[in-house]
Amino acid sequence: MTTVLLVEQILNGLQFGIMLFLMAAGLTLVFGVMGLINLAHGSLYMIGAFAAAAVAAATGSFVLALAGAMAAAAMVGALVEYTVIRRLYARDHLDQVLATFALILIFSEGTRWIFGSFPLFLDIPSALAGPITLPGGIEYPRYRLVLIVIGLAIAAGLALFISRTRVGIQIRAGENDREMIAALGVDISRLYTLVFALGAALAGLAGALVGAIQSVQIGMGEPILILAFVVIVIGGIGSIRGALVGSLLVGLTDTLGGIFLPEAFKLFMEPAAATTVGSSLASMAIYILMAGVLIWRPTGLFGARA
Amino acid sequence: MSRESIVNAALFALLIAVPLGALATDEPFIITLATRAVILALAAVGLNIALGIGGLVSLGHAAYFGIGGYAMGILAFHAQSYTPLFEGPFVIEGTKLMPIIWLVAICGGALAAFVIGLLSLRTTGVYFIMITLAFGQMFYFFTISWPAYGGEDGLSIYVRNSFPGLNTLVPIQFYAVCFVLLCAVLWFNARLARAPFGLALNAARQVPHRVEAIGLDPVRLKLVALVISGAVTGLAGALFADLNRFVSPTMFSWQMSGELMVFIILGGTGRLFGPVAGAMLFVLLEYLLGGISDYWLAFLGALLLLVVLYGRGGLVGIFAGKARNHD
Repeated sequence: MTTVLLVEQILNGLQFGIMLFLMAAGLTLVFGVMGLINLAHGSLYMIGAFAAAAVAAATGSFVLALAGAMAAAAMVGALVEYTVIRRLYARDHLDQVLATFALILIFSEGTRWIFGSFPLFLDIPSALAGPITLPGGIEYPRYRLVLIVIGLAIAAGLALFISRTRVGIQIRAGENDREMIAALGVDISRLYTLVFALGAALAGLAGALVGAIQSVQIGMGEPILILAFVVIVIGGIGSIRGALVGSLLVGLTDTLGGIFLPEAFKLFMEPAAATTVGSSLASMAIYILMAGVLIWRPTGLFGARA
Repeated sequence: MSRESIVNAALFALLIAVPLGALATDEPFIITLATRAVILALAAVGLNIALGIGGLVSLGHAAYFGIGGYAMGILAFHAQSYTPLFEGPFVIEGTKLMPIIWLVAICGGALAAFVIGLLSLRTTGVYFIMITLAFGQMFYFFTISWPAYGGEDGLSIYVRNSFPGLNTLVPIQFYAVCFVLLCAVLWFNARLARAPFGLALNAARQVPHRVEAIGLDPVRLKLVALVISGAVTGLAGALFADLNRFVSPTMFSWQMSGELMVFIILGGTGRLFGPVAGAMLFVLLEYLLGGISDYWLAFLGALLLLVVLYGRGGLVGIFAGKARNHD
């Protein structure tokens, strides 16, 4: 076990975690402000990836592809909020789960109808391809490092947006008392549409960024949606800071667990058995982490309310 | 006789008439479809015990369904390969006998529900939904990465398991077994809802603090409901695996949990026969629309969306009118 491998895996974990954050931030905002559990958030991730692949194929520009992904996801998000989601705010969680589950079916099959069942590919732009040499002589893919930087920049921007801008203040006020801010003359339903579209745009951006290192396919959103749920349960629902800490915890646990648990078991087991047990345990590691956090703190690390 | 019980009787009659009609006209495929509907209904009835009475929106019931499936798969796999399941101071052999498999599936489902319930009932509301979902995924990834029983490829069982005195390879006989189990569980569910436990559970969903004030523990009531629910869904999983003679991690997938919940809402929440009606409608749509379009799930999604947004009573509600006192 060399330090090079360790640093590489920590960076991989950070990159995975920060992409999870882009998903989890939208989910936790929508839940915090509107009290809505949105299973269809993974579909917005998928829509972003497909839009990016389509724009990249048409124009050849990666930046345009990212812009297209965010615009497409935000537009679909706003449309869905306007037609379906806003009827669900006053409903119980069961109705929200079922209606957004129905949206997943519609979006997945709709995308399959438009793009076909085969995965699409989105290329990493040539300027970002290839490895970069980090201090200490460690080679690391340039694109993944850029993902970490973009993600951290967005996290910082989001924190500033929520804490410093007028709209951010309205969002926080909406979390606490929606009647009061409506009485103060803020158009609450427009604010809701805006928050939903913002969350959707972040999910779409994540889909496009990750789509370039994995394949762009139907159903790509659901595994990451469930991980994003784990993240916000760990971090505390409604808390952006919790989402960031939770994302990094989950990203690092998943990546490091997959590499080091089989190695750790090899210390006292036969190699073949150690690989089996270690990798099985690693696949469950984040859920064990979540169970642990919940036993310790039932409302998550930064959660205020149940 | 209320309108709801007429609807229930009609659904019951359909479940008898359709397979008998298929038998008379020699259409074994229809019998298999009906068996599928009955087994899925059984799984959804299991979920409905936790969801309908206890208000526990569990999005991880695929865990119990899959555990039932793998209970069947593992026992039958060892029986068909003549290898012992466990060797130590004593030897456990596999089995092809349905009653034993059911017992193991029921105990497995109940035990898993107990452990998951202990952890997840510490939370409520949306946390509970997400945690049950995450636990379901935990089983899913575990079965994918554990190679002993087929891993991602699943396990094939060559011959359907046996039930004393019956030939389960004959479709109508296997159907009869599943149908009798569904009836037994529905009867149990109806009794449970009116028993002191059911009433207390109902109260624990509506006003937990008052239940606490009269000296009952709402969390314990919900835990018991979840255990019963997991046991029933586990049994359904064993039957489902037997129907397909195949188990794979798909039984643990979260779409499975979602579908079970869809059956309840399509059929009508808070109704005894809601999950049955929903499962029947789902299998019928799958058969009819699946033949017309590859994208039939999109139509199912649209239908589901309409039912959630506008038709609160589901299928039973359309025919039976407004639900009795159900909030």
